[in-house]
Amino acid sequence: MRTSRRARAGQYAALLAYLVFLAFPFLWLVSTAFKPARELASLHPTWLPQDPTLDNFRQAFDEQPLLRAALNSLVAALGAAVIAVLIATPMAYVMARHRTRLAKAATGWVVVSQAFPFVLVIIPLFLVLKNLHLINSVAGLVMVYVVWALPFALWMLVGYVRAVPTEMEEAAAVDGAGKVRTLVSITAPLLAPGIVATALFAFITAWNEFFFALVLLKTPEKQTLPVVLTHFLGAEGVADLGPLAAAAFLATIPSLVVFALIQKRITGGMLAGAVKS
Amino acid sequence: MTLATARKRSAKPAPRAGGSGRPVDHGAWFLVLPALIPILVLSVGPLLYGIALAFTDAQSGRTEPTQWVGALNFQDLLHDTLFWESFRIGLVWAVGVTVPQFVLALGLALLLNEELRLRWLARALAIIPWAMPEVVVGIMWRLVYNPDAGILNETIRDLGLGDGRDWLSGLASALPAVIVVGIWAGMPQTTVALLAGLQNTPRELHEAAAMDGAGAWRRFRTVTWPALKPVALAITALNFIWNFNSFALVYVLTQGGPGGRTRLPMLFAYEEAFRYGQFGYAAAMGCVMVAVISVILAVHLVGRLRGGEDA
Repeated sequence: MRTSRRARAGQYAALLAYLVFLAFPFLWLVSTAFKPARELASLHPTWLPQDPTLDNFRQAFDEQPLLRAALNSLVAALGAAVIAVLIATPMAYVMARHRTRLAKAATGWVVVSQAFPFVLVIIPLFLVLKNLHLINSVAGLVMVYVVWALPFALWMLVGYVRAVPTEMEEAAAVDGAGKVRTLVSITAPLLAPGIVATALFAFITAWNEFFFALVLLKTPEKQTLPVVLTHFLGAEGVADLGPLAAAAFLATIPSLVVFALIQKRITGGMLAGAVKS
Repeated sequence: MTLATARKRSAKPAPRAGGSGRPVDHGAWFLVLPALIPILVLSVGPLLYGIALAFTDAQSGRTEPTQWVGALNFQDLLHDTLFWESFRIGLVWAVGVTVPQFVLALGLALLLNEELRLRWLARALAIIPWAMPEVVVGIMWRLVYNPDAGILNETIRDLGLGDGRDWLSGLASALPAVIVVGIWAGMPQTTVALLAGLQNTPRELHEAAAMDGAGAWRRFRTVTWPALKPVALAITALNFIWNFNSFALVYVLTQGGPGGRTRLPMLFAYEEAFRYGQFGYAAAMGCVMVAVISVILAVHLVGRLRGGEDA
C-alpha cells in the first residue's frame, strides 16, 4: 500500500498529538515532584524545575507513613498474586481443556463478575470480614484481592493453556498419568511464562487498587499506598503540591517497571483469551 | 500428588478439548475446587447476600436486629431525586468517556498499525496511563488542573486565551474535566484491544482493495471496520460498564463535587453505605445500577447485532 507524502505528514502530526496528550500529565507530575516550594508557589509555573530538589520526597516521608504503606501494599499485592495464580492455574486448565457445564458456568461468571458494581459485593464482604475480625487487616484485604483477581487471571490463563498443544498431554494420559499429574509435570512448565505474566498483572492491579482498601482498612499503619496518598490531599482538597507529587510519583514506579517488563505478554495473553473463547 | 486418582483412570485417554458434555472427572474436581470455593464464598455468596440486604433495613453500628422491609428501599430510591441525578451523571460520564475514548483509541490503533517511525515511543508512553494507580492518575490531573500552579492554565495564559479557571471546582466545567481524565486513563487498554483486532484483519484484503483503487476511507469502511466490529462492540460495552461503575478516579479528583456535579452512582452508594451506614439502602442502589445497566447493554448489543445483519 502506497501512502502519499501528504497523508504521511498528516499521520505523523496526529501521532505527535497523541504523544503529547499521553505524556504531558506524567511529565508535569515528575516536574512538580522535583520543584522547590518557592517555584511551586509561583503564579507562572515553568515546565521544568529551574532549581531541582529532593526536598519534596523528604517532606513526603515526614508527613505520611509511606514506607509502612508501601510495605502493606507489597504484602497485599504479593499475597494476592501468588495465591490467585496458584488456585487459578488448575481451574483455568480444566476450563480450557473441557467444555463441561462447569467450565461454561465459570466462563459466564468471569464475564458477569466484570459487570457488578463493587458496592454490591463490598457491603456483605465488610459484614463478613467484620465478624471474622478481619477488618483493618491486610490478611482480610488479601482474601478480597484474590477473589477479585481471579476473573482476569482465569481469563489470561485459559488463553495460555489453549496455546499449549494437547499432543503431549494425550501421550502422558496414554502412559497412565492423571489430570493432576499431567498438569503439574507436562503443562505447567510450558505455561510458566504465562503464569508469571498473570501473577505480575495480578500484582499490579492489587498494588493499584483503591476502593476495597479504602473501605476495609481503617488505621494509617494498616493502609496501603493508594489510600495513604489520598491523605496528602487534605480535608478541603488543599494540598501541599510538592510532597503530593513526590509521593504519587514514587507509588507509580513499581507498577511502571513491572508493567514495562510484561506488557507484551499481557496483551498477548488477553488476546489469546479473547480471540479463542 | 494424588497418584490414586491418577491410577484409577489410567486406561482412559484424556478427553480432547471440545468434547462437549463430558462429566468432570475426579481429577478435574480436585483442580477446580481451590478456586471454586473462594469464588463461591467470597464472590457469589456476598453477591447474593448483597441482593438480599437490599430488602432489609440493615445499618452499620445499630443494636436492634436487622429486619426484612420488602421493597421499601426500592420505593424510597424511586423518589430519591439525588440518586437519580447521580444516575444521570453516571450515564453522561460513562457515555462521555466511552465514546470519545473509542474514537481516539481507534485513531491511535490505526496509526500504530502503520509503519511509522515513532511507533515504539507511542507504545511505551501508552503504558503509563495503564500501569498507574487510579489514585495517582487523579492526583496527577489535579496538579495539571490546579488553578494557579497547574500547567493547563499556564498554557492557556501563554497562548493569550485568558486566565484559565478552576476547572475541577466550576459547576459547569467539573464534569467535562473529569471526563477528559477518564478518557486519558482508559485509552491504552482500548487501543491495544483495537490494535489486536486490526492485526487480525487479513492484509491481502487491504491490498486487493487498494489495487482496485479504493481510497483510505473506502478501505476502512469496507475492509477494516467489518473485521473490527465484533472487537469494537465488545470493548465499548465493557468500557461502558466499567466507566459507569468507576470510583477511585473521580473520588480523588473531586470527591463528587462541586455540589454533587460529579457524584457518580458508586460515590453516592459509597457515601450512603460507609459514611451514613445505610447498608440496606446502598445495596438497593447497587441492585438498581446492575438492573438498568443490564437493560441498556442488552438493548445496545441486540440492536447492534441486528443492525449488523441488515447491513
